Amino acid sequence: MSETTTAEKAGPAASRRPAARLGSQPLGILFAAPYAVFLAAVFAYPLGLAVWISFHDYFFAAPGAQVDRPFVGFENYTAVLSDPEVRKSFLNVFEFLVINVPLTVVLSLVLAAALNTVVRARTFLRVSYYIPYVTASVALVAVWLFLFKEDGMVNQIMGSFGPNPSWLVNSTLAMPVIAVFVTWKQLGFFILLYLAALQNVQKELYEAASIDGAGWFRSFRNVTVPGVRPATTLVVILATITGANLFTEPYLLTNGGGPNGASTSPVFVMYQKGIEQGTPDVAAAIGVILVVIVLIIALISRRILEDD
Amino acid sequence: MKKNVLAVTLTMLTIGVTAACGGDSGGSSDAQTATGPIDIWLSNNPEEIAWGNAMVEAWNAENPNEEVTAQEIPAGKTSEEVIGAAITAGNAPCLVFNTSPAAVPQFQKQGGLVALDSFEGGTDYVESRTGDSATQYQSPDGQYYQIPWKTNPVMIFYNKDLMKEAGIDPENPPLATYDEFLATSRKVVESGAAQAAIWPSPSSEFFQSWFDFYPLYVAETGGTQLIEDGEATFDSDAGKLVADFWATMYAEGLAPKESSTDDAFAEGKSAMSVVGPWAIAVYGEDVNWGVAPVPTSTGMSPEEIYTFSDAKNIGLYSACDNQGTAWEVLKFATSEEQDGMLLETTGQMPLRADLKGTFSDYFTENPEYEVFAEQASRTVEVPNVPNSIAIWQEFRDQYSSAVIFGKTSVDEALSAAAEKATELAGQS
Repeated sequence: MSETTTAEKAGPAASRRPAARLGSQPLGILFAAPYAVFLAAVFAYPLGLAVWISFHDYFFAAPGAQVDRPFVGFENYTAVLSDPEVRKSFLNVFEFLVINVPLTVVLSLVLAAALNTVVRARTFLRVSYYIPYVTASVALVAVWLFLFKEDGMVNQIMGSFGPNPSWLVNSTLAMPVIAVFVTWKQLGFFILLYLAALQNVQKELYEAASIDGAGWFRSFRNVTVPGVRPATTLVVILATITGANLFTEPYLLTNGGGPNGASTSPVFVMYQKGIEQGTPDVAAAIGVILVVIVLIIALISRRILEDD
Repeated sequence: MKKNVLAVTLTMLTIGVTAACGGDSGGSSDAQTATGPIDIWLSNNPEEIAWGNAMVEAWNAENPNEEVTAQEIPAGKTSEEVIGAAITAGNAPCLVFNTSPAAVPQFQKQGGLVALDSFEGGTDYVESRTGDSATQYQSPDGQYYQIPWKTNPVMIFYNKDLMKEAGIDPENPPLATYDEFLATSRKVVESGAAQAAIWPSPSSEFFQSWFDFYPLYVAETGGTQLIEDGEATFDSDAGKLVADFWATMYAEGLAPKESSTDDAFAEGKSAMSVVGPWAIAVYGEDVNWGVAPVPTSTGMSPEEIYTFSDAKNIGLYSACDNQGTAWEVLKFATSEEQDGMLLETTGQMPLRADLKGTFSDYFTENPEYEVFAEQASRTVEVPNVPNSIAIWQEFRDQYSSAVIFGKTSVDEALSAAAEKATELAGQS
């Protein structure tokens, strides 16, 4: 408000002065600068480099080595899009997102709403849900391997009802198992987001709904869900971004995207091609395509969730 | 405000792109005669570290002005990734005593390796030490960017107790032909002696084929590499015989399609394992073991059988400032004396011509290693061709699909993999 008042008083001539261009709180720029530098160094520069690499015949070379890196136009993109392995990885991660994102939203919102009403053992329960999120994936994967391997606990309990082939070597079930694993692992973080959002939902709304005869479910649907809509947008976008970057789980849980490539992800293929096989140009093209697709999904999600 | 954000973002991207355009520039080192302190990296297994530290101590005692500092290869998903990153960053050590032959073409393309031929007497040294098989380690340009150092010739280890439990003669289990191997495997599993007859890793890493398909293919063909003269060789009758053999093992559940979460052979979950001589030290105390050559379709005599070498070599890296010292250390570390120490400490076979004759005392005292020493004279390496790792990954993907999971036919998979492998080998 004060900024507008000052600008109105100063008029157009004043706004052209350097000091005015810095705004009424120039010190703020100084405070924001470290993060801006961080963003530039850690996100903008690598992104720019990745885009540049994706249009060149590029490989990593020793400093001082004489290498030719000619511009190749869309050659890397053509190679990527015509590679069935890459296309399969995008379909796999799409399957992952279709399972993971809705499951994450529903479970974290329901559990957050439930935790918000719990009086006893509230801290214990919150910490319990949060522990998988802060535990190293490698350790959690080891636990899930013991649960879901062929002679693991789940199959022992299910007996003859267990799937054949077993969960992690079943091309239909491998990706759903990974999606459920990631949902479970990250649930604690998203529950916290929803818990914070729930503190902003006015209690009077619940009281009014109660007076109107609404039960728990109707209150949840008509008060809670609309009340945390901004948090839902955030959860959907964050779950989509982290899901699209899926790597550790296919690498460890299904032994490198198995069975038979059923759980490869674009980032896993990037790792294979960019790091193992020495073709970072192809890997960069996959990365750029992935960034574009995630941006489109995020924009569509935001439009749908915020316009309602 | 939105315009400002967009402008800042585009500016940063432009800075990134502009900076990226700088790339790496040329320039080459003339450090080949320079002497002084050097760094070396050792593999991270305890036996090799013990040998490496003793070797360094011996060198440093005689060469105080050219001190060698040894450390384990820094942690990473694989040694090759770490070395590749170090080459790019320009901080690779002078010598790495764990250079995988499959990664050498890539390191060479990166400009990370020094051709050993460029040192006086370099070619002669490599070839006189290793003999005829040294040429397998030559790069397509005819130079040696690695010295063949040690081999772990791949053979079949079996658990005598489990064989006996399955009603099989533990001293001489029938494993020579594919039919015998399958019959023995069926007995093991059907008797309940072990969950699996053999448990090679069914995962998709590019190198896993070195421990299932490749040793048997090398044996079946009498020593043919996966790629020869720029052409894939495995889309052949021999390749199909080997792939069909493994496909039967998986289809009948004799080899599991899921990776073991522990050491299946040590735990008695599998009766056999594909191993090198390192296995004697690892399993020797706990498993009543026997060893056999890898099978062939017709059952060749053991002295005719070739296998995969599973060698690890030494590379001299271009980031090294004192390459003169590095070359001398390399020769010192591969001298007859140090090779003998390596054999004694690790049980791994130095890649030397006449290994058994050179270290006859050792093999007399340790007869269990003798069979591996005999096999070491008939080993075949991975092909030294461009895109080596991409070729192995392509092969593994097709192999997994057809052989392990039975989703495609073996013929189609081998044809598709061979076509792609030949294409990749022909690229620079």
